[in-house]
Amino acid sequence: MASAEARIAGRRPAPSRLLLIAVALLFLGLFLVLPLLVVFVQALAKGASAYVAAICDPVAWAAVKLTLTVAAIAVPCNLVFGVAAAWAIAKFEFRGKSTLITLIDLPFAVSPVIAGLVFILLFGSHGWFGGYLRVHHIRVVFAVPGIVLATIFVTFPFIARELIPVMQAQGKDDEETALSLGATGWQTFWRVTLPNIRWGLMYGVLLCNARAMGEFGAVSVVSGHIRGLTNTMPLHIEILYNEYNYTAAFAVASLLALLALLTLAGKSFLEWRQPELRHAVAQARDRTRRENT
Amino acid sequence: MATPVAAVELKRPTPLRLPQRVLPGFGLTLGYTMVYLSLLVLIPLSAVFIRSLGLGWGHFWDVVTAPRVIASLRLSFGASLIAALINVIFGLNVAWVLVRYTFPFKRLVDAIVDLPFALPTAVAGIALTALYAPNGWLGIWLLSFGIKVAFTPLGIVVALTFIGLPFVVRTLQPVLEDLDKEVEQAAATLGASAVQAFARVVLPALWPALLTGFALSFARAVGEYGSVIFIAGNMPMKSEIAPLLIVTKLEQYDYAGATAIAVVMLVLSFALMLGINALQHWALVRHGER
Repeated sequence: MASAEARIAGRRPAPSRLLLIAVALLFLGLFLVLPLLVVFVQALAKGASAYVAAICDPVAWAAVKLTLTVAAIAVPCNLVFGVAAAWAIAKFEFRGKSTLITLIDLPFAVSPVIAGLVFILLFGSHGWFGGYLRVHHIRVVFAVPGIVLATIFVTFPFIARELIPVMQAQGKDDEETALSLGATGWQTFWRVTLPNIRWGLMYGVLLCNARAMGEFGAVSVVSGHIRGLTNTMPLHIEILYNEYNYTAAFAVASLLALLALLTLAGKSFLEWRQPELRHAVAQARDRTRRENT
Repeated sequence: MATPVAAVELKRPTPLRLPQRVLPGFGLTLGYTMVYLSLLVLIPLSAVFIRSLGLGWGHFWDVVTAPRVIASLRLSFGASLIAALINVIFGLNVAWVLVRYTFPFKRLVDAIVDLPFALPTAVAGIALTALYAPNGWLGIWLLSFGIKVAFTPLGIVVALTFIGLPFVVRTLQPVLEDLDKEVEQAAATLGASAVQAFARVVLPALWPALLTGFALSFARAVGEYGSVIFIAGNMPMKSEIAPLLIVTKLEQYDYAGATAIAVVMLVLSFALMLGINALQHWALVRHGER
C-alpha cells in the first residue's frame, strides 16, 4: 500500500530516483565539469609565474585585443538587426513571416567552416569581388574585415531569436497607448519598448557575445593566421597547442573559460530576473510548429 | 445656409475610444531586416551554390565521390548520429532529473548544462583531448581496458556529444514542466508501474521535443569543427571530418573541391532537417493534444 500511495503522490520509489540522479550527475560531471576543470589545472600546471608569463605575452595580448574588437563590431551589428527584425515580426502581421524566421535561423544550420568559405568565395583573390578589391587595395579576406563578417554570420540569429518571443509576449498595447498620448515613434521605442525588452536584449547580447568571442571554425578559414595581426584568442590557442606549448595554450584558454563561466552566471542572473527568458526560444518554436500543424 | 452644416457636424459621432494609430516603423524595420539578411546571409550562401554550378556536373560528381570525400562525409554524419542519440538518452535523463526531482546544488547543475554554448569550441577541443589522450585523466584509465578515445573516431563522438548536449536538455525541459503530473498519477492509480506510466504516458508526449532536440544536436554536430579537430587525429579516410576536408582543400587553393563538398553538406543537412520536420509533423498529428 505504501508504494501505491507514494506513486499516487507522484513520487517514484527512492532507489530509482537516486539512480537517475546519479547517472545524470555522472554524465554531466564527465562531459562538462571535467573538461572545464582540466583547462584550469593544465593552465596552472607549471606554476603561477608560467601562467602569468603566457598571458602577458604581447602576441597573446594582440589576440585578446583582436577578439574584443571583433566582438565590439559584430555584436552591435547583430543587436541593431535583432531589434529591427523583432519589431517587424512581433508587432506586425505580414505574409511570409514564418519563412523569414526560418531564414534568420539559417546560419545555425550552416557549418562554421562553410560560413568562412562563403566569404572566401566572395572576397578572396579568385572571388566575385576579388578583382575589384585588389585594384582598390582593400583586404577583406585574411584581414580583420573578413573575421568580422564571418563572426557576424555565425552569430547572426542570436539576438533576433531571443527578442522575437519577448516582443511577441509584450504585445503592442503599451506602444499604442504611448502613441495615442502623443509620443512619437522614436520616443515610444526608447521610453516604452526598450525598457520592456531590456532583460531579453541583454540575454541575447550575452549569448551572442560568448559565441562571437569564441568562434573558431569560420574565423579560422578567413583569418590567414597572421600572428599578432589576424589571430583571435581561439586561433592563438590552436597555434600554441600545435607548437606543443600546452601551458600557454591552456593559459589563454582559461581566460575564455572564465568568460564562459561569467556568461553562465549572467545568464542565470537574467533568468532569475525574468524567468520567461529561460525557455522563450524553445516555446516559441513549439508554438509555431503547433500552429502550422 | 449655415444650419445644414451645423447639423452635419452634430451628427458626426464622438469617438468613444482614443484614436487608434497603427504602430510606425514597419517599412523601416522590415526593410532593414531584409537588406541585412540578404547581404550577410542569403547572397553569401547563394555564392556557394552558384560557384558549384560553374564546376560542371561531371567535375562536381568526381569531386564528391572521391573515396576520401565519401569517407569524411560518412564519418561526419555517422559520428553526429551516434552523438545525437547519446544526447537524446542522457539529455532526457538530465532534463527529467532537473524538472522532477530536487537535490543539492540543482540550480548550479542546471546552469552548467549550458556550458557547451558558452565555452569556445577550441577550448573544449583541447580540454577534451587533454582528458582523453593516452596520458590524460580519463584516457589512461580507459586505455587499461584497451579503449582508445583520443585520435580515433570515438574521440569525435565524445566531442560532438559535448557540443550537442544542451540542445536536447533545453528542448525537453519546458515540455516536461508543462506535462501534467496528474496523468501519470492516474496511470499509477490504475495500476501501471512507474516504467509503464513512463513508456505509455510520458514518452508519447515527449516525442516531438525529443525529435527537435535530436535534430538541433545533430545539425550542430555535423558542421562542428573547432572541438573535433584537436581530438580527432585527422587521419584521411579514418578520422577526417568533412568540415576539415573543406579547410584542407582551401589550404591547397582547391576552391572548386571545397565548394563541392560544402554544397553536398548543405544539401544533406537541409534534406535531413526537412525529413525530421515532416516526422515531427507526423508525431504532432498523431499525438493530438500537444
